[in-house]
Amino acid sequence: MVFALGGGLLTLALTLLGLLLFTFVISRVVPIDPLLSILGERATAAQYEAARLALGLDEPMWKQFLIYLGDALQGDLGTSIRSRQPVLSEVAHRFPATLELATLGTLFGVITGVPAGVLAATRPGSIADQVVRVVGLMGYSMPVFWLGLIGLLVFYGQLDWVAGPGRLDATYQMMLEFQMTQYTGMILLDSALNGAWDMFRNALSHIVLPAALLGYISMAYISRMTRSFMMNELSQEYITTARVKGMPEWRVVWVHAMRNVLVPLITVIALSYAYLLEGSVLTETIFAWPGLGSYITDALFAADMPAVLGGTVVVGVAFVTLNMASDILYRLVDPRARA
Amino acid sequence: MNLKHGACRAAVLAALMAGAAPAALFAETPADTLVIADAIDDIVSIDPHEAFEFSGLDLANNLYDTLIELDPTKPGELVPGLAESWSVSEDGLTYTFKIKSGITFSSGNPLTAEDVAGSLRRVIKIDKTPAFILAQFGFTAENVDQMIAFEGDTVTITTDKVYAPTFFYNCLTAGVANIVDMKTVMANEADGDMGNNWLKSNSAGTGAYVLKSYKQNEGYILEAREGHWRGDAKIKNVFMQHVPEGATERLLLEKGDIDIARALTPTDVEGLSGNADIKITTDSGGQIYYLAMNQKVEALANPKVLDAMRWAVDYTGMADTILKGQWQVHQAFLPSGFLGALDETPYALDIEKGKALMAESGVELPLKVSMTVRNNQERMDIAQSIQNTFAQIGIELTLDVGDGAQVLDKYRARQHDITLQTWGPDYPDPHTNASTFAMNPDNSDEAKATGYLAWRTAWDPGELGALAEAAVAEMDGEKRAAMYKELQEKHRDDSAFVLMFQQLQQTGLRGNVEGFYTGGAVDSASYWLVTK
Repeated sequence: MVFALGGGLLTLALTLLGLLLFTFVISRVVPIDPLLSILGERATAAQYEAARLALGLDEPMWKQFLIYLGDALQGDLGTSIRSRQPVLSEVAHRFPATLELATLGTLFGVITGVPAGVLAATRPGSIADQVVRVVGLMGYSMPVFWLGLIGLLVFYGQLDWVAGPGRLDATYQMMLEFQMTQYTGMILLDSALNGAWDMFRNALSHIVLPAALLGYISMAYISRMTRSFMMNELSQEYITTARVKGMPEWRVVWVHAMRNVLVPLITVIALSYAYLLEGSVLTETIFAWPGLGSYITDALFAADMPAVLGGTVVVGVAFVTLNMASDILYRLVDPRARA
Repeated sequence: MNLKHGACRAAVLAALMAGAAPAALFAETPADTLVIADAIDDIVSIDPHEAFEFSGLDLANNLYDTLIELDPTKPGELVPGLAESWSVSEDGLTYTFKIKSGITFSSGNPLTAEDVAGSLRRVIKIDKTPAFILAQFGFTAENVDQMIAFEGDTVTITTDKVYAPTFFYNCLTAGVANIVDMKTVMANEADGDMGNNWLKSNSAGTGAYVLKSYKQNEGYILEAREGHWRGDAKIKNVFMQHVPEGATERLLLEKGDIDIARALTPTDVEGLSGNADIKITTDSGGQIYYLAMNQKVEALANPKVLDAMRWAVDYTGMADTILKGQWQVHQAFLPSGFLGALDETPYALDIEKGKALMAESGVELPLKVSMTVRNNQERMDIAQSIQNTFAQIGIELTLDVGDGAQVLDKYRARQHDITLQTWGPDYPDPHTNASTFAMNPDNSDEAKATGYLAWRTAWDPGELGALAEAAVAEMDGEKRAAMYKELQEKHRDDSAFVLMFQQLQQTGLRGNVEGFYTGGAVDSASYWLVTK
């Protein structure tokens, strides 16, 4: 286990280094001038030059990268070119919004996707199987943008079941900013910790729809994978043996087969969680959700490289951490992996 | 199995219901808070001496005040702001402003002539993009302490030469001339930045509101100041939410979760028409759509060809269809709303006339040229319409499509044949557009005067340049307006530009919202007059 952790940390370091180098190089070859985005096209040559020097863009590229790396190692992700605020604090503000949404989305995806996949696997070819397949296919192929707008139109616009875009109503947003301690930046958690249950309910009614939307997409993936893992398991001899011994079917499926399905499934779920943690730009745009995805995208369009790199580091760390977590879970679930 | 799935479904339903229940209770916006949705990701800085984008200037307009203001209720009229009175010396070089007494900043510090002089000097010293609006009067970091002086409650400003007083006053209404609380700002200075970083997340003004919170690409919260010199704002809080998607804004507005929607698309506006709870207001914006013909291309320098092109654009056809509600036909370089703006639109699509002019021109037909266009839907639609009508008079147009930076680079390097562009005024005075469209002191490649659109398209305006120079030095306001009218007529009929459209801004408001002023083409938005 210790060895695994050490190996994991090494992987983390190497992955991050590669990621940073890659992002850095890409950022320098794209034909966007970061100075143009902050100065506008009316700036004089002198203003342009002053800004170039102030941002250290006159140094050679390799040196800029080393300086950045050195700072990053000390926990300084630099200053955003556009806002002139520390990237770390901006990312620290954006990431909880994404974390909250992605976690709920993944929960939704697992709660619906795993049973749906099992249902489809235990009755292949049945109507249930067809429904799961079609619903899953829709989740795959329908544009998130369209799905999100239709969701808003129906559940918010017509049925009034959920609150609209944004994380909170204006009243609660002001209450949150001026009267409350924000422990985590995750509003559901913070409002609960502050005992502000009205706010909690408001936040929940805002997050339910985007989370369900992301959850639907991850459900489509999880249910399809579950189905195929489960089908494979159910054709194994030990299952036949169990059935012959007269074991109840639910026990065969949910205890015996599921134990083995769980191993690859953990990886699938972790990957889908990591995917949501990158932040879904389109979902964030439609739902006016100030998350990491739109932060990185906005920064990219403005060629605000410190912000892009900072955001990428966080996504990278989340990805590798989840990978390590799923490795550890793997070992817990599968005795063979412990050897 | 079935039982488990039943339980699962119930759990999901319960989760949805838990979220659903309270939503309906809070559908109305709070009575003391104006909730606005807009796309505010254009903001680079909210330091008023650096802000140069629409959303940033809107914000600054509510946090800060200028010496002279435009009156939200009387567009185009200059009224006293922080200055009680002002005058210009007989030689036209020195302006004197008497500062109002009894005005305080949000910190509680009283406004002094020292703050006024210090703020205007700060603009020049920190030298951010909009600094040129003041620097064009001859101020430099070296001389500004002498040129802008104060004593007691008066500030005297000396310019390097004589300018039209209206020109100077109009520039003082621009966002860059906002007055800041110099004591507070300088107390928050870091690394000699004159408080620039601090002002990116704080406000220090005399405005109707004070900044309570600002988060880039998320929104801001303002709180009204009590005992404001202009009278207290009608609504206590302003809550601006960054909602980039028009369709989302439309839903929020329909549901009553926001009071004002400012980034609606024509489709959204059309969808909202007929909704009794919503009203749509339309006013002019400052942007102008135009074509620029590179005069280094021989055929495009032929006056008959240029004239033929003016008759070969389907102005009304586009304005009524693809540009509906977003742009109106406008054929002069000054946006309607500016001093001396020309609102006549003598040109219309006339293929026969265009053909005749092309035949007279003596150029070989069909004339093959290219047009650079930015790759967005609206611009492509316009370009295709022009391609179609130009073809009918014998001009074969190929579209050279690129992203914004590529198209701009080519234009600034004078490498286009024809280019489809927009231009927005930098400050609320006619000189801003007159100088760029009708002045070009040195038309050589070496001059690299990319600040002049005339230079970019290699056009020598000849006598129009002199006329623009004379207009900006004209002491009499009415004469000055007449000079711009003449300048625009000549420019419209005989230049390397075809001026086509002026921007419209459509705003969606809940039925009970009154008094929202967007600022139109010349000013920025005011929140303090809004009631609901």
